[in-house]
Formats: sequence, structure tokens, C-alpha cells
Amino acid sequence: MGEKPKLKVTLITGRTIEQGVGKEYGKSSKEYAESVSICFMDPEDMKKLGVKDGVNIQVSTAFGSVVVKAKKSLRAPHPGVIFIPYGPWANVIVDPETHGIGMPSFKGIPATVEPAPDKPVLGLEELLKTQFRKG
Amino acid sequence: MSVVRAVTCPVCGSLCDDIELTIENNRIVKVKNGCAMCEAKFLGYCCEHRVLKPMIRKNGELVKTTLKEAIRRAAEILAEANYPVLYGWSNTSCEAISVGLELAEEVGGVIDNTSVVCHGPSILSIQDVGIPSCTLGQIRHRADLIVYWGSNPWSAHPRHIERYTAFSEGRFEKSAWRSYVTKIKALIGRKKIQSAVKRLILKKPPTFPSQIESKPISSIAREGRKLIVIDVRRTKSAEMADYFVQVEPGKDYELLQAFRALIRDQELEVDRVAGVPVEYLEEVADAMVNCDFGALFFGLGLTMSGAKLRNIDAALSLVRDLNMRTKFIIMPMRGHFNVTGANTVFTWQTGYPYAVDFSLGYPRYNPGETSVVDVLLRGESDAALVVASDPVSNFPRKAAEHLVKNPLVVIDPHMNVTAQMADVLIPSAFVGIEAEGTAYRMDHVPIPLKKVVNPPRGILPDEEILRRILAEIRKIKRKKAEAS
Repeated sequence: MGEKPKLKVTLITGRTIEQGVGKEYGKSSKEYAESVSICFMDPEDMKKLGVKDGVNIQVSTAFGSVVVKAKKSLRAPHPGVIFIPYGPWANVIVDPETHGIGMPSFKGIPATVEPAPDKPVLGLEELLKTQFRKG
Repeated sequence: MSVVRAVTCPVCGSLCDDIELTIENNRIVKVKNGCAMCEAKFLGYCCEHRVLKPMIRKNGELVKTTLKEAIRRAAEILAEANYPVLYGWSNTSCEAISVGLELAEEVGGVIDNTSVVCHGPSILSIQDVGIPSCTLGQIRHRADLIVYWGSNPWSAHPRHIERYTAFSEGRFEKSAWRSYVTKIKALIGRKKIQSAVKRLILKKPPTFPSQIESKPISSIAREGRKLIVIDVRRTKSAEMADYFVQVEPGKDYELLQAFRALIRDQELEVDRVAGVPVEYLEEVADAMVNCDFGALFFGLGLTMSGAKLRNIDAALSLVRDLNMRTKFIIMPMRGHFNVTGANTVFTWQTGYPYAVDFSLGYPRYNPGETSVVDVLLRGESDAALVVASDPVSNFPRKAAEHLVKNPLVVIDPHMNVTAQMADVLIPSAFVGIEAEGTAYRMDHVPIPLKKVVNPPRGILPDEEILRRILAEIRKIKRKKAEAS
């Protein structure tokens, strides 16, 4: 068996209206978790990686690794750029470095994506337990 | 059943103040004029995720307690700490923030607001360069060119375009809504025809060239209000724009400097800047120079990526340069409804807008050192108070890790992610729904927030909870002083 395909990309985190609505309903709501544990990818990148809409993928950076659901981006084309809405899932992999000005790097982080159909997307509670061992 | 008019929406920095709420039996049953986030907040604020009783962590579990006990425990944690962090403040009233600052001075901690992870770099640049700005009313009535850079108002400030910029009906500038609808209809029609022709004649699937590769659309040259969006992705806001420039991630600084050169009529000796052909940039630069009143709104696409504060330096300088040729203003798209208020109140009381350190007894400001993410990354704080915010959801994991490791006091109406990690959790009333107060819109206009329903029994506003904690801390300190 050959090695699993991996794709080098640039990670952008940001707002979506679904995340905005979810956070107002409550951070422990299903709406919120579903709106932020996803990753929007360019359809061409998805083809290269052999993943389909709704399949789990593992996104890794120098700062961590997280499993989220791949979604076909409606904002394509943006080859080589993936988008994860702000939230606890994105925070696992963003760059904490503030470069001496107080602001971590939430956008433009080098990342790799690989298919992870066998790994589950953790729920909020499980994610917090694995990350912080509290709550 | 009663209808309350002219309610201010406590969600984003646009602070829309034309919301109509229908109240039935102390519950909001209908929201008129609001966006999706506004509706979600007003209709969903009292849902199952609401915290109704104060809680304290015992043996690793959060258990219910009395308000008095929770306040006493919170005061103990803060009074005993050497270097506590007091964070949040952007989702509460100016009155509560004012008490928070007093509290920070009393306990000698670091107090910071959420602008540190949104427009902190903008503030640093504004302090360096200065900012030519105005109120949103002026833009609504007079601006004929709107630029959104690294900002997606359709998602983050859904009514911004409709109320203040391209689609608002101003006194001197008319709404561009009708021409947008015509453009969309024409586009859909053209796509349908192209697709039909290709399928019937060529018998192969239709392909469409991307915006960058296609010719500049003629609407850039038309009369009336124009909308330009510059972003790394073709966002929904970008689809509404007359002109969309897709910049490569992290290359905004280059693009800003290229625009600065172009508006000074300098020639660029390259074909592309940040992935965009220079001829298109020339079109945009022409539109900028030839407008009567331009407005550049920038979002976190500039502050969070690449050169961060230097991006803002370049954007402010671009607008300064543009003012040599025409009238142009610039404004950050502030996220939380009172983040501008937090900066304002911080500045009144300490002299600095965020990242203020009281550990030496007087306010010190040095973002990068006294900013909360840096304090947490260095592992220096030994307790925290979080008010109306959710840093565990919004901070990088490493920073959040240190925050939850130490005693954590949370004041919030909802069981958010940080609240789940709290050692003391005090529920509060929603400012702008169950408590009144003042908030500052993104253009620094203060707007009153209304109390439209009563909070659940026993739930106090943030301001009152903070006052009680402050009184309790002073009591503990007095006792200590008397004992020694």
C-alpha cells in the first residue's frame, strides 16, 4: 500500500455566519460545534487528496493536529488555502507566536492535510478533556 | 404583548439601533430588522445553555452554590493572587468595564480586552501613524467608493453594507442595491446561456474563468456608489462587490504598498503583485483616486496575517496618500459590540487602550509584554477573571492551557467553553437585553443599550457583580492589614 496522500496548504481561520449564529445560541450547542469543527477546502485540492465532502481529515501544523470534517468550499477557487472557522478546533493548530505585539497568528499558517476517514471528529467535551484535562 | 422599538442590537460593532422586539410574558418572541446573529441572540439568549445559578468547582466538578459564597470565593482568588489576569470586557457595558479597571488596580493585575486578539495591531499602528476617520453617518450619506480589505461583512457584520455603506440610501449618495440586483440577474442569465450553448454545441462541460483571469468588469467605471473587496477568498461580500481583488495569503503588505506607488503615478516594474495582475490594480487605483469620498474598512485579514501591524501602517499610509488627491477615510471593522467602548474606557481611566499592567501600582502598557496572550504563554499569571468573553474558544491552545491551569473566575450569562473550565462561575444578565448600559459603535459613537426584559431571578448585571467582588476584596485586604 502506498503512503497516504498529504497536501501542503495555508491555513486561514475566520468568521462564518453559521459560527456567528452558533455562538449566540450557546457555545455548548450542537449548532456551534457543527459550525466550527469543519474545514473548507478548494474542490481541486479535495480531488488531489481523494476526499469527498463530509469526510474527516486531519489538519496538522507545527503547533498541533486536529481532526475536522472536510467541506467543499463555495468560495473557490482558492487552491492551497484551507479555511477553518474560529473556535476550539482551530485553536488546537493556530500559531501562538505574537511577534512581540500581543497578537497570535490566526491566519496564514503553513499546514498539512491528510484524509482521516477512520478518525473521529471529537465533540467539544472530549476535545477540551484531551486538550486541557479539565471541565 | 408589547412592541419595543429602536432597540440597539448587542452583537457586533455595527450596533444597529433600529431593532423592533415583540415581548410576551417577559420573553422576546419576535425580532424585526435584525440579521441572523441578532435574531439568534434575542431569541436564543434564554436557552438551555444559560447558567442560572452560581457554581464553584469542588473535587473537579462544578456544583451549585449561593451568590454570596461565589462572590466571596472569587474575591479570595483575586485577592490572594500575585499577578492575576482580568480579561474580556468587550461584550459588556462601559459602566461594568469601568468597575473592572478599578478592580484591576486594586488587585495589581493585568487587564486586557479582546482587542488584543482582533484589532490590537490596528491600535498600535494608529498610535504610530494616526487615523483619518469619520462617523458611519457621513459614510452613509456621502461616500461613493467603499473598500473592504480583509473583511467579510456579510458574515461578521451582516447589516454593515445595508445600513452604512454601498447598499444604504444616503442623502447625497444613492444605494447601489438596484444595480447589484441587475448585475446578478445579468450574470445568471449569461451563465445559463453559456452553459446551454456549450452543452448543446460543444457537448462538453462549461468552464468559467476565475475573476482574476477575466477582464475587469465594466461596473468599475460606472456612475454611483462602488464597492471593492480585497480578500484571500472570494467571500460572499466579494460576490456583492463591483470589483474583487484576490490577494495571495500573507501578501497584503505588498499589495498596499503597490497601491501607494500607483496612486502616486509611479510605474510598477512587475507584471503581478501578490498574485494580482498590475493592470487590474491600476483600475482599482484609478477608482480610488477618482472618487469624491472613499472609505476603506479593514478587518482581521490585515491584523492577523503576515506583517500584522505593518499591514495597518501601510493601509493608514495609503489613505493618507489618497487624501492628497481626494477625500478618503479608514476604519477598522470592530467585532464585539463594545470592544470600541472597552478601548475608550480603558484609555479614560488608565491612559492606554488595552494590555494594561497594574502590578507596579501604576498603569504600564507594553503590548507583547503586558498583553494577555504573552503573559499566558510565558506562564506568569497565577489566577484569572474572565468577564463576558470566551478566551478558551478564541486563544491558541498553549495560551488557554495556562489560563485554565490556575484558579479561574468567570462571569458570563452562558455556559461557554471558558465557563466549563471555571473554578468559580457567576451568571450575569445580558447587557442590552436584561440590563441597560452604554456601548461604543465602531466609529466611536456612544449608543445606549436598553433593558427590554427582566433577568431570571437572582441574576445580576456584570457591573453589580464586579462591584460586590471589589467590595469583598477590599474587606479581605482591610482584615489582612488589621491582622498584620
